[in-house]
Amino acid sequence: MTATGVRAQARIVARADGRGGTALPVLDGEGPLALRRTRAGGDEARVMVVGAMSGPLGGDRFSLDTRVEEGARLHVGSAAATIALPGQAKGEAHYDVRLDVADGGELRWLPEQLISAGGSDLYVTTRAELAAGARLVLREEQVLGRVGEEPGRLTSRLTVRVAGRTVLDQQLSCGPGAPGGWDGPAVLAGHRSVGQLVVVRPEFAEQPVAARMLGECAALVPLAGPAVLVSAVAPDALALRRLLDDALTRLA
Amino acid sequence: MSRAALLVLADGRFPAGGHAHSGGAEAAVKAGRITSAASLEDFCRGRLHTAGLVAGALAAAAALGVEPRELDAAADARTPSPALRGAARRLGRQLMRAARASWPSAELDALAGEFPKGAHQPVVLGVAARAAGLGPADAAYCAAYESVSGPATATVRLLSLDPFDATGVLARLAPELDRVADAAVEAARRVLDEGVDALPAASGPVLEIGAEWHAAWPVRLFAS
Repeated sequence: MTATGVRAQARIVARADGRGGTALPVLDGEGPLALRRTRAGGDEARVMVVGAMSGPLGGDRFSLDTRVEEGARLHVGSAAATIALPGQAKGEAHYDVRLDVADGGELRWLPEQLISAGGSDLYVTTRAELAAGARLVLREEQVLGRVGEEPGRLTSRLTVRVAGRTVLDQQLSCGPGAPGGWDGPAVLAGHRSVGQLVVVRPEFAEQPVAARMLGECAALVPLAGPAVLVSAVAPDALALRRLLDDALTRLA
Repeated sequence: MSRAALLVLADGRFPAGGHAHSGGAEAAVKAGRITSAASLEDFCRGRLHTAGLVAGALAAAAALGVEPRELDAAADARTPSPALRGAARRLGRQLMRAARASWPSAELDALAGEFPKGAHQPVVLGVAARAAGLGPADAAYCAAYESVSGPATATVRLLSLDPFDATGVLARLAPELDRVADAAVEAARRVLDEGVDALPAASGPVLEIGAEWHAAWPVRLFAS
């Protein structure tokens, strides 16, 4: 029995290879965070995060750092949904994601869902730091509980900074023990899936996208900066993915 | 501090334009999510712990003298809905007029000069509290209370809810409001050392999405 939980770090560095492609000089995963390079699409390198152990479990601390250098293009996905589970170690689990994108670099961060299983307690922090000329597509989906299950406690903070300025800073807390009203009409209104899609492009500074509703439970909004956010709630993961995929197609 | 000045600033009749806004209640009523005193309470509780906590911390930080421009940018980042950013600035501008008339101060003048179209309302509220000789806790209480009193009052009009029931909702939320105001002041004090990233960023996705839906209606009773 582990008393302290698992600590795991993974690091990705993407660098333009000088021949129109993207190299991965650093691709370091360990334990539960294994990284695999997969078939490249055009000038873009592709990495898959493979969950090699279950978790994060209570007490675990995962961190994943990704740096996309000037002119490099990287797509990161995951092989399966991440499931936060209760553990034998004391305390909450932490999963910290740090994304840095340099001028002319592009990161497409499109992992599968995060599922908050009953009894789990997870803090997720995602912080993206972009240079003024960087591009980003970032999708985050949270599913509260497996089918027919009460969710665990999930606290998720997403911060996006462009050229040193914070354009988005949002925290969502839900599940048993979260501040009151999380399931009520102001926060999730009984929905069991919630997601965000952030798209940052330098050209949004000159040609801002107009706000619009995408159905009744999702909105596409321009942020105070060269970025767009799609915020959505849905009854389940499938409906949520459909909404966010549709939004991404509209923005393409 | 002047306790009487707090009453003036927190008075629902203070001419700062808040009565024209429902704090998301109009959208929630139309969507069938607020139908009774119980669901109003659930709505207000969620708003208190999200938008209310953030507004309280912004107001408390402004009352402590944190640079308003930085707080205003932090408020923008914590308000993805452009409809809500617009409403917060219009409310800030109206509050500014009332505050400058009530408690003339160089800091209010400077803020008005820097943001002619209005700064985010909680930032103006904090600077106004300072001008009135009030402290960060007073500013946090005003902001947190407004985050629930606005929707409660609006729901009386929208649903013909019994005003006694709406006031009962506010009274039952009072102990939680105390805790939110405390947390807001604690975060605001951390801003002095750590910068505005220490501000809470609690969000309610349905509030933000509902605000965009509401802004697109051709006819509405409330501005937001």
